[in-house]
Amino acid sequence: MFCEKATELVRELHRAPEGQLPAFNEDGLRQVLEEMKALYEQNQSDVNEAKSGGRSDLIPTIKFRHCSLLRNRRCTVAYLYDRLLRIRALRWEYGSILPNALRFHMSAEEMEWFNNYKKSLATYMRSLGGHEGLDITQDMKPPKSLYIEVRCLKDYGEFEVDDGTSVLLKKNSQHFLPRWKCEQLIRQGVLEHILS
Amino acid sequence: MSEAYFRVESGALGSEENFLSLDDILMSHEKLPVRMETAMPRLGAFFLERSGGAETDNAVPQGLALLPRLECSGVIWLTVVLTSQAQVILPSQPPAWLRLQGSKLELPLWLAKGLFDNKRRILSVELPKIYQEGWRTVFSADANVVDLHKIGPHFYGFGSQLLHFDSPENADISQSLLQTFIGRFRRIMDSSQNAYNEDTSALVARLDEMERGLFQTGQKGLNDFQCWEKGQASQITVSTLVQNYKKRKFTDMED
Repeated sequence: MFCEKATELVRELHRAPEGQLPAFNEDGLRQVLEEMKALYEQNQSDVNEAKSGGRSDLIPTIKFRHCSLLRNRRCTVAYLYDRLLRIRALRWEYGSILPNALRFHMSAEEMEWFNNYKKSLATYMRSLGGHEGLDITQDMKPPKSLYIEVRCLKDYGEFEVDDGTSVLLKKNSQHFLPRWKCEQLIRQGVLEHILS
Repeated sequence: MSEAYFRVESGALGSEENFLSLDDILMSHEKLPVRMETAMPRLGAFFLERSGGAETDNAVPQGLALLPRLECSGVIWLTVVLTSQAQVILPSQPPAWLRLQGSKLELPLWLAKGLFDNKRRILSVELPKIYQEGWRTVFSADANVVDLHKIGPHFYGFGSQLLHFDSPENADISQSLLQTFIGRFRRIMDSSQNAYNEDTSALVARLDEMERGLFQTGQKGLNDFQCWEKGQASQITVSTLVQNYKKRKFTDMED
């Protein structure tokens, strides 16, 4: 049967636990495109023969190959689209700057898409809320107070607060900081939000 | 589960699959028995790279066993020998029995759908066992005892898409699918809403993919509610995505 490689691509993505981005399977994609090219060329020649040579018995074969081509196309498009959905989720969960490990998992085009998405999102956010813009990636849960108590989970270093003072984030140190500055760090696992 | 990742949902239970849904693609890869009504020339005459791997072996050898015309097989072998010297382009050789008319074999749903038409010129479709009378009686007797994961992980989705093939039993099949789901739903809902912080593998073992999705949704609702009750709903948490990546990095370092 054809389309085995394409189905394998889809399976690989489906297997990755919710939302995780596996490495870009450049090789697999190339193989699928080669298979599609071969199928297409064979169909071309068979169609010509069917039309000029009157061989209408080739039509089921042509249909078979055509179905395989459509299937390959569907699998690759779904593969690429689902990866984009995962990459989009990265912007919302990780922030603008991705760790290197993740970047290696993306192809060059996907990286470009990510940068464009970041730009679109930033432009949109700037257009909201009057002059300063509104950061909609903040406050994912309705805030209960302006300042929150946080504990540091790992060494991060110096961290500057709005009025100029800087705080040293060492492991297990606790601080009382403005919510909007810490939210990003909490989501990244550097700080831990403590409820009183 | 990642909060910001919204995958394309399955459409299999409706009239059409969703083109971009990974679940639907995997569902339509499952096989069903068909009968070839016409020959398909030239599909055996391909350039070989590797000999047909596991996938061609799995595709039912019944076609070969049914070989009614031996002269056909002679032609097939000849064609294979002639082209084996040639350069390889396609990865696997489609089985030779695609040339045989009237043979029964198993094709994936996507292929059967593509080649099927009302006049049944290329192939005609048979119902898989689990959608036939015998199994339907089993389901109507007691739907809860059946291991739907074993007999076909995409029972409902596949069954719904089978209705496209205009079988005379369509009305019965759809009734059976509906009644089976109604029979099993209560248990799924109960177990998903009451299993908090437990190992649920025993509960989901006999569910098909659609039911598992339902179970997970129920679990998520339960966990969210419990979190809210404990007053943790306003706590900013680590993104689950980040947590998973960190876990993976750790294992990478170990290697």
